[in-house]
Amino acid sequence: MIEVRQLRKSFGPQLILEDMDLRIENGESAVIIGRSGGGKSVLLKHIIGLLQPDAGEVFVDGENITHMSERQLLRVRSKFGMVFQGAALFDSMTVAENVAFPLERKHQFTPGEIAKRVAGVLELVDLPGTEKKKPAELSGGMRKRVGLARAIVYEPQILLYDEPTTGLDPIVSDSIDKLIIRVRDHLKVTSIVVTHDMRSARRVGNHVLMLHEKRIYANCTPEKLFASTDPVVRQFVDGVADE
Amino acid sequence: MNFLARTWVGEWLTGLGRLAVLTRDTVASCLTFKASRRDLLYQIYFIGIKSQAVVLVTGAFTGMVLTAQTYFQFHKVKMDTATLAVVGVSMCDELGPVLTALMVAGRVGAAIAAEIGTMRVTEQIDALRTLATHPIDYLVVPRLLASMIALPLLTIESIVLGIGSGYFVGTQLMGIDPTYLYFNMLKYTGDIDVVFGLVKSFVYGGIIALIGCYKGMTCGMGAEGVGRATTEAVVFSSITILITNFFLTLLLQRLYVLFWLS
Repeated sequence: MIEVRQLRKSFGPQLILEDMDLRIENGESAVIIGRSGGGKSVLLKHIIGLLQPDAGEVFVDGENITHMSERQLLRVRSKFGMVFQGAALFDSMTVAENVAFPLERKHQFTPGEIAKRVAGVLELVDLPGTEKKKPAELSGGMRKRVGLARAIVYEPQILLYDEPTTGLDPIVSDSIDKLIIRVRDHLKVTSIVVTHDMRSARRVGNHVLMLHEKRIYANCTPEKLFASTDPVVRQFVDGVADE
Repeated sequence: MNFLARTWVGEWLTGLGRLAVLTRDTVASCLTFKASRRDLLYQIYFIGIKSQAVVLVTGAFTGMVLTAQTYFQFHKVKMDTATLAVVGVSMCDELGPVLTALMVAGRVGAAIAAEIGTMRVTEQIDALRTLATHPIDYLVVPRLLASMIALPLLTIESIVLGIGSGYFVGTQLMGIDPTYLYFNMLKYTGDIDVVFGLVKSFVYGGIIALIGCYKGMTCGMGAEGVGRATTEAVVFSSITILITNFFLTLLLQRLYVLFWLS
């Protein structure tokens, strides 16, 4: 379970999140939506401890991670897998080396076991046979799939996706959505997806949180959100610019 | 003006503090042996083997020009055969370690800052952290250890080639008697000069790697940020090497007098 209490974060004079409260239960598939620059990715980075809040607390499975050192956080982060907006693949390594990286750092597996696991997850993300390619040789959608394969290869309990369909064409976006659902059902993980793609939000989540004015403005099922008559929610869902 | 000065001093002190914290964390990580042997070997290859050409050319031509200039002056007072003694002591104590470090700072310090800076702006360092890997263990420690191992070896090469090429210029171009030239070089260049040079190069190796890593890990966003980090890594490590060289020379000389001669 992930719980955020009274979180506040600013960068210089700009306040990004204020008194934010949030609770995501185990096994849930939560989608965080909101306008660009609204603090969605910042919230996600607080959940995994990549950023420290100015005030407030973050709990992961009942453990307060707010004041943990970087070394203490490494243990907590092994529960997480994260897919970055730009995939964040290590460009000096091949696809197989990228995916094998977290396993090799654990020093618990033989090279044979690692190769088998890598082939297995690449199969799961529909990229068999790409082991020897470099990230520069891959398309945007393929890079995100490799990023996902790297995030799930060590079987984490919680998966975080930072705008997984941004910059992709609708067909590739659809395939990524299906992949997120497949991974969620296959690995039985808690998923938190940050997106501003409304189609993706409707399909992937069973729980939608809308960020507005530095706080969670709406917290409901996708059906309720898309049927909402609230003007702020409607404006975002319908994609209408301010006058 | 006051505000500008305060801001500049504040930024400078903050940077110094962060560098000190990075150094402390890196030393702590070194003591727990978290670095991978494969990464360390690759970095030794990158810093040591790939810097050969630049270091050897620098060492050779420095030795040659120093021999020529010393000869021109010594010849006036009929001290031709002492030429290589000056070259030997200078190469071992100062020019070998300092010029090697400056050349490596230009090549390796810039590469380290650019590589780590690019990793930072493309979120690869954040990715490392999410994969339960401490960036200091994976990025800084192998580079620091490799740099501190490679630089003394490169310095030895530079010293040998500098004195060797100086000997060649002295005997073949200036016509100095080879026996006296060699004998005087051995007489005035002691083991302690070589030890001083190696201690200095060990310290400079640490400076180059730490400043390169620090600049990369704290670089600003975008291509401009990486470019600035790269430039600053070279400039700051070069300046730090030159300043450290003065104080290190005094300190080593003092220690030598205190513990060696007494």
